[in-house]
Amino acid sequence: MKSPIRGIAIVCLTGLLAACGTSTADNSGTNTASAPGITTSTITIGSTQPLTGPAAPGYSEIAPASNAYFTYLNEHGGIFGRNIVYQYLDDGYNPTITASQTRKLILETKVFAMFSALGTPTHLAVIDYINSEKVPDVFVSSGCNCWNDVSKYPDTFGFQPDYTIEGKVLGQYIKQNLSGQKVGYFYQNDEFGLDGVKGLDDQLGASSIASRQNYVPTNTNVGPQIAALQASGAKVVVSFTIPAFTALALLTAAKLGYHPTWVVSNVGSDITTLTGLLKTFSKGLVGGQLLGGMVTDTYLPLVGDTSNPWITLFKRIHDTIIPGLPWDGNVLYGEVQAYTLAQALKAAGRNPTRSSFVKSLESTKLTGGPGLVPFGFASDNHLGYLGVQVATIAADGTETTTGSVYTSSDSGPITQYSGSASTPPTSGIP
Amino acid sequence: MVAANLRFGRLTRPTLSRHLLLGLGAALVLLAISTQIGAYDDYNLTAVAIFAVAAAGLTLLTGLNGQLSLGHGALMAVGAYTASLLLKDHQLPVVVVLLLAVLTTGIIGIVFGYAAARLRGPYLAGATLTLAVALPQVATRYKSVFGGDAGLTIPPSAPPTWLGADFPPERWLAWIALAAAVVTMVLLANLLHSSMGRTFIAVRDHEAAAALAGIDVARTQVLAFVISASCAGLAGALFGYWSGVTAPAGFGLGLSLQLVTAIVIGGLGSLAGAVWGSIVLVFVPSLTSGMASSLNVPSSVANNLPLAIYGAILVIAMLVAPHGIQGALKRLLALARARWAHIPAGQKKGVMDWDDPAPDP
Repeated sequence: MKSPIRGIAIVCLTGLLAACGTSTADNSGTNTASAPGITTSTITIGSTQPLTGPAAPGYSEIAPASNAYFTYLNEHGGIFGRNIVYQYLDDGYNPTITASQTRKLILETKVFAMFSALGTPTHLAVIDYINSEKVPDVFVSSGCNCWNDVSKYPDTFGFQPDYTIEGKVLGQYIKQNLSGQKVGYFYQNDEFGLDGVKGLDDQLGASSIASRQNYVPTNTNVGPQIAALQASGAKVVVSFTIPAFTALALLTAAKLGYHPTWVVSNVGSDITTLTGLLKTFSKGLVGGQLLGGMVTDTYLPLVGDTSNPWITLFKRIHDTIIPGLPWDGNVLYGEVQAYTLAQALKAAGRNPTRSSFVKSLESTKLTGGPGLVPFGFASDNHLGYLGVQVATIAADGTETTTGSVYTSSDSGPITQYSGSASTPPTSGIP
Repeated sequence: MVAANLRFGRLTRPTLSRHLLLGLGAALVLLAISTQIGAYDDYNLTAVAIFAVAAAGLTLLTGLNGQLSLGHGALMAVGAYTASLLLKDHQLPVVVVLLLAVLTTGIIGIVFGYAAARLRGPYLAGATLTLAVALPQVATRYKSVFGGDAGLTIPPSAPPTWLGADFPPERWLAWIALAAAVVTMVLLANLLHSSMGRTFIAVRDHEAAAALAGIDVARTQVLAFVISASCAGLAGALFGYWSGVTAPAGFGLGLSLQLVTAIVIGGLGSLAGAVWGSIVLVFVPSLTSGMASSLNVPSSVANNLPLAIYGAILVIAMLVAPHGIQGALKRLLALARARWAHIPAGQKKGVMDWDDPAPDP
């Protein structure tokens, strides 16, 4: 087959890149091929991503953005002199294809770890397999709390706050700032939406909700659900939706002359993606103006906050390496994931094995990164970011954070987070 | 009784022994191959065997009986969901699971076969298309039973202990799938060379003439549909084991169209063609899928390149070999025969019917 040739090509290319890069500060010890996917000069990691298919709009930018950060990292010496080789394969958001592509990465490419594999239904299809092969499975791109199950999945780690935590913090905001108004839900009828609703109910009380409407991503007619929300008199609608359905809900409501306060989960609220979708769906009639007044949340610096040093760094990398992609939340997300992986690899030491890498993730706190909140990683916890901060979108499309940063867990109380934001190292690499 | 005697008489003819010998030979060669290749190649070999089972069933229906089905992906889903539901709460041997999947899908095949036998041409294509589009939605609608979009997971079938602790599970699965494929091929090959196979072809070629010759057209069509559906069910159950997950997205319209692609690329109406088509179906995407991250082109181009290359290969294959891979091979063989040595009866040396070098089996 032709894979050996590709492998040789990659080794030659990365060798060339390594020769161009500057040497790292830490020179103690020598590099060995300490684990599958690790050579003296490279670390190969793999991922499955929706590069085509229904989830591709927006999400297909994540892997190229991570790769752009790795390119930057490799140009600046890599991790202990090793370059990161990132192999991401298209699964079209189809769990069956995820299953075969994951086996290709683990059995044929022999990646050191799976990284940023995207999607709840897609990743659930392979999580048993990855763990049975004892391959580290880090920073799954989904907020399902299914990734935090240490006894069943010892090698899997989440990334973003799970949807229940998000629901709780958004529910608390509604309770404190929009009290006295009828609340309705609009959510995706799977783990994503249902986990979010669990968190909301925890704060708002299940009995006080005026109307609960859901959708399945295969049916794009949301008219009946939005009409039911309008009829229920809900003045606040919490929407646990993917971007395409946030846009459909906003357009349908506008058509019906229904103008509640929209509270939208993080994954469904990226301004650039939504503006584009609104323009496409309405054939140019409306755009970003429908987003004014929306409430959402974030666990990263805001993508439009150019004064933030992290945003400056990541935008600079975007502008030089992947200028063809829009600068939006998906690109930021991919770059932050890549930065976090670099932190984790560095913490694992010069010659990690698969199990020592997992151990290190559980024992070292990955502090000093771009996140507003710390990670939950510990020997009994594989949850990613522990909380969020609420943000609002003004009529002119600018997003600003409001209130404190809160952390929580699925069952615990909500606590105000007092830690301060960090600044990136001048080199831009951990 | 007379029918039973006839059938017994048929079994003793040399056709059966020839097919059994061929099947045994193929099984031995495949067994040898599977032990010499790596785990990922075994995994791909499994996929080829699975698609070959489904494509063989479809080529019997479409190529030999003239009924186009765009819904075989959905029939595979029936097999896969049967296997998943059986394995959800019970531990059953693989053979039992596979046989029950064949049975369930066969029953669905009877129901749908009766409807299909009344329909012709585009109407039949439309009806089977409905099956492909609608059936996966059932899984989304009845989430508590079928697991919604995330689907149901299937625990891998662990290799028996006598093979050793280090025996790769991928190779074990390859053996199961290859065994299923060889058995299916032997049974179908035998069927095609029987009087039943000839009635299939008679119905395809001219329904009125077949009816005048005493063939029950509708019954023949239903029978073809049931046999074909059973093959799809077997392939579906194996597919479930292979991917470890049974989800609606895996059995969409795309899969049905892939199966039609396989039999057309391979050579319509030929079992060998079904195998060639399955090889193309599995290995071409596997070879192109790493391009997005390895090539230095804009991501909008790289992301879609594997699909574009796949499409281009299909177009080129149809232009170069309109009768499929098997058709092209037959032509080359017939050409060689006509040129050298063997001269078919009634033909002059160097002369051959280029359009139909070798008639249907």
